[in-house]
Amino acid sequence: MPTSRSPIVSLHSGDHQSLSHSETPGAALEPRSVEESSVLDVFGSQWANIVLETGFSALNRGDLATELTVLAGDIADALLTDPFSDEAGFRTGVALVHTRLTDVVVLRKSSQLLSRLPRIIGRASPETAVRMSMLIGALGAGFAHALKEQTVHEQETIHSAVLAARGRAELALRASEERFRAVFEGAAIAVAICDVNGTFLDVNPVLANMVGEPTSAIRGRSVFDFVHPDDAIDMHREVFDKLARGEAGRAHVEKRFRRGNGEMGWTRLALSLVRSEDGSPDYLVAMGEDVTERHQLQHQLRHQALHDPLTGLPNRSLLYEKLDETFSRSRHDGRIGLLFLDLDGFKVINDRLGHGTGDRLLVEVADRLHATVTKRGHMVARIGGDEFVVLVSDSPGLDDLTVLADEILDTIKKPIKVDEHALPVNASIGIVERPIAGTEPAELMRAADSTMYWAKAEGKGRWRVYDEQRSEYELFLYRLESEMAGALDRGEFILNYQPLVGLEDGRIRGLEALIRWMHPEYGLLSPDKFIPKAEENGFILELGRWVLQQACMQGKAWQLSGAQPFVSVNVAMLQCTEGDLRADVLTALEHSGLAPEKLQLEITESAMMGGPMEPVAVLGDVVCEGVRVAIDDFGTGYSNWSALRRLPVHDLKLAGAFVEGLRPREGSLVEVDTRIVGTMISMAHALGLSVTAENVETQEQATRLRELGCDAGQGWLFAKPMSVLEVDKLLAANGRFDTGF
Amino acid sequence: MPRREWVPDSADTGRPSAARVYDYFLGGMHNFAADRANATAAAGVYPDLPRIMRANRSYLGRVVRYLVRAGIRQFLDLGSGIPTAGNVHELAHALQPRTRIVYVDIDPVAVAHSEALVHGDPRISVLQADVRQVESVLQAAESTLDFERPIGVLMVSLLHFIPENPGELIRAYLSRLDAGSYVALSHVSTEGPADQLAELVRLSGQTSTPLHLRPRTEIEQMISGLDLVEPGLVYLPQWHPDLPEDVGANPERANDYAAVIHKP
Repeated sequence: MPTSRSPIVSLHSGDHQSLSHSETPGAALEPRSVEESSVLDVFGSQWANIVLETGFSALNRGDLATELTVLAGDIADALLTDPFSDEAGFRTGVALVHTRLTDVVVLRKSSQLLSRLPRIIGRASPETAVRMSMLIGALGAGFAHALKEQTVHEQETIHSAVLAARGRAELALRASEERFRAVFEGAAIAVAICDVNGTFLDVNPVLANMVGEPTSAIRGRSVFDFVHPDDAIDMHREVFDKLARGEAGRAHVEKRFRRGNGEMGWTRLALSLVRSEDGSPDYLVAMGEDVTERHQLQHQLRHQALHDPLTGLPNRSLLYEKLDETFSRSRHDGRIGLLFLDLDGFKVINDRLGHGTGDRLLVEVADRLHATVTKRGHMVARIGGDEFVVLVSDSPGLDDLTVLADEILDTIKKPIKVDEHALPVNASIGIVERPIAGTEPAELMRAADSTMYWAKAEGKGRWRVYDEQRSEYELFLYRLESEMAGALDRGEFILNYQPLVGLEDGRIRGLEALIRWMHPEYGLLSPDKFIPKAEENGFILELGRWVLQQACMQGKAWQLSGAQPFVSVNVAMLQCTEGDLRADVLTALEHSGLAPEKLQLEITESAMMGGPMEPVAVLGDVVCEGVRVAIDDFGTGYSNWSALRRLPVHDLKLAGAFVEGLRPREGSLVEVDTRIVGTMISMAHALGLSVTAENVETQEQATRLRELGCDAGQGWLFAKPMSVLEVDKLLAANGRFDTGF
Repeated sequence: MPRREWVPDSADTGRPSAARVYDYFLGGMHNFAADRANATAAAGVYPDLPRIMRANRSYLGRVVRYLVRAGIRQFLDLGSGIPTAGNVHELAHALQPRTRIVYVDIDPVAVAHSEALVHGDPRISVLQADVRQVESVLQAAESTLDFERPIGVLMVSLLHFIPENPGELIRAYLSRLDAGSYVALSHVSTEGPADQLAELVRLSGQTSTPLHLRPRTEIEQMISGLDLVEPGLVYLPQWHPDLPEDVGANPERANDYAAVIHKP
């Protein structure tokens, strides 16, 4: 093989699109005839078609055919030229590879085609056959040579490219890793990478600092070595199970963790799952911050919000929170109990000894309550100045609560030493105990509160148990109280009159005005239902004035019709002390035109003699105007006879109890009572007072009273309180009662 | 922590790459065993595949020559692969040596190879980029190409590697081109034997750029309303053949559509 003349092949793939070459080898050639050329053109086209079926050429079909025609011509020339050279064959093999026709099929088909070339050009002979086979051999050698060169070259370039690409990727990776390291190491938050089972693979210094152990001591250990035992199950459920199963890609949790020194802290974690290429969970990245201080602050703030700063006991908010909790959690058949405790006379201690002493007293009471109550598993809260509430959220029954109440009263009764004082403390306790179903916290508190007031009202230093009926009655009274003023405007109050009858002659001497309330809902209400409240809240002044006016007008009306009785009106102490009774009386008399002596005022013995001297003075004024005054219910109070001498009084009304004693019944001391009543009547007469007996119910009583010299009687024996119309009829009939004589 | 292999997919010689598989079909040696195995398997299930590959390369040559003759002096070759025989710059420079070319490919090995090939040639630059990041591709290409003048954008054998709306991608590039620019594309369709094509698509899943073949109607839709150079959307061999006989008796066996869009 003439290597010296073999084509110099550039390895640059782009340089050999053209297969033509500058040098044409061989000795002098006769120019090809036109016929020969056209045969070669056909051969070149055929050759191009064959190779293009199996390989790609950088040349298009036409150009490839032209080039192959030239090569075919070279080979044809080589067949006929002396000395013979196979160089054209070699060059052709190289050229095929350079035009990308690298498939061995191309070589085989080209060889097959070329082997027919001597015959095609009409030069078939044993000599040309030998030369042709040598040329085809050289074609193979050239093809193989070029293919090897190209393969080596292109493999080198692609390997270089791979290395270059990898180098760049590694640079990028290294830069990325460096950036990651910078972020990881320099982050202000804790960062950890762990596997799906929770083993730390790497942690940053902030995390190490947070748990107080070196990073090397943390790597390889389980997350659960650091999670608070109480949070471990939640941590498993909320994070690892979910993330590891790939159900969620992210999780946010706030959990307690354990520091190296055993202290507990709080951390807020954001966890995300990194998946491997096949999508399965690979590892977890956790970022966290130490929120211990915030937690402590929150805890502290919450404690502050829910506790009384003075005593440290739970406050009203926490009590309500626990109540709500109890109501929402408890079984429906559960029971609940409340003890509402209020210190007795605390205000006096505060006022007399100062708030500092009061506060110290409260602290001691709170401590004692706490000690007594919490050991039984209950809660005690301070809900106001000196008000405490014990919550028994799972009450075994009322008995346990009353035992507890006794214990509490005993506990706080031991004098409390504050400064130099040893202060005895008492308290009133309201107890409510009931099934949880059918009640609610606010209702329970209200009931306990009002029950505590019962204990206060009944003498303090005791407990009372809530009573539904009593409560309802109180509500009823409360409702009446709130409706009173409106009732007066609406004309719902009316006056009934009860005759005061002369025992000697049976004549009506006077008519006592008695107030009634025609309540639209409750019907006719007697004064004991509403007068006490009216006296408490001062409404009695207005109501009393109205009664006075009504009675005076009615009295005048009866007088105009020819009757002689006076009207008797009950007066409350408040009217003497707070109101202007004299002015009210004068106004009523003036408006009605009633003569003063036809008006009698009744005031109770206790009001008259038990209190300040004011009522006496006021009554004195009224008496000066000519109005009669009677002492109501005489004999139930002090019955101060000496005082009676100086009082501006005309009549004594003997309390019903004495009259009752005159009624012979088994076990009663009729004789004794008769003597007492007789003495009282004598003494009254000695003082120049007339006597009226109340509650005369039987003829026997009336007879005795008359025998004892009693002037008048009042009671069912004669008449019940009557409407104005009934009185009108009675008077019109010139009614006289049969007094039995 | 377990180290992840962050070496790019195509630099992993154990995994086939579309660019190297293509090179193999064109008789190149810029490939590895995994590429050759993938190519052989693909040709095994779809025997027309080598023909289609060659037809594509041939179409690229005809398009470049056509566009240079139409006055185009700038090319943006998207998804250029490994530019071996019949590459754009050789074709263009043979006719017009001052033609400027930007090669863009997502495959870092193809890019590294291209860079080695054209190293030092100021008329040519190579970008590694995802052609879907239109703005960043155009911005990087601006140092070589003048967007105030017509450009020939080549999307030859590219769009069937784009899973999402390729019509939008074409329009995104068109909108940034000067009047007189062209976009040349070819796209393998789903018209061939369904099971063979399905297997072909499955095999392409071994590479990082799987195939997304589309029916003709979708390919038509992708270029609807755009000005097409005659003869419009045709089978690859039918687009301006060098010789009438190059079309062959069964151009549909190429199963690959070609069209060149002209921006008026």
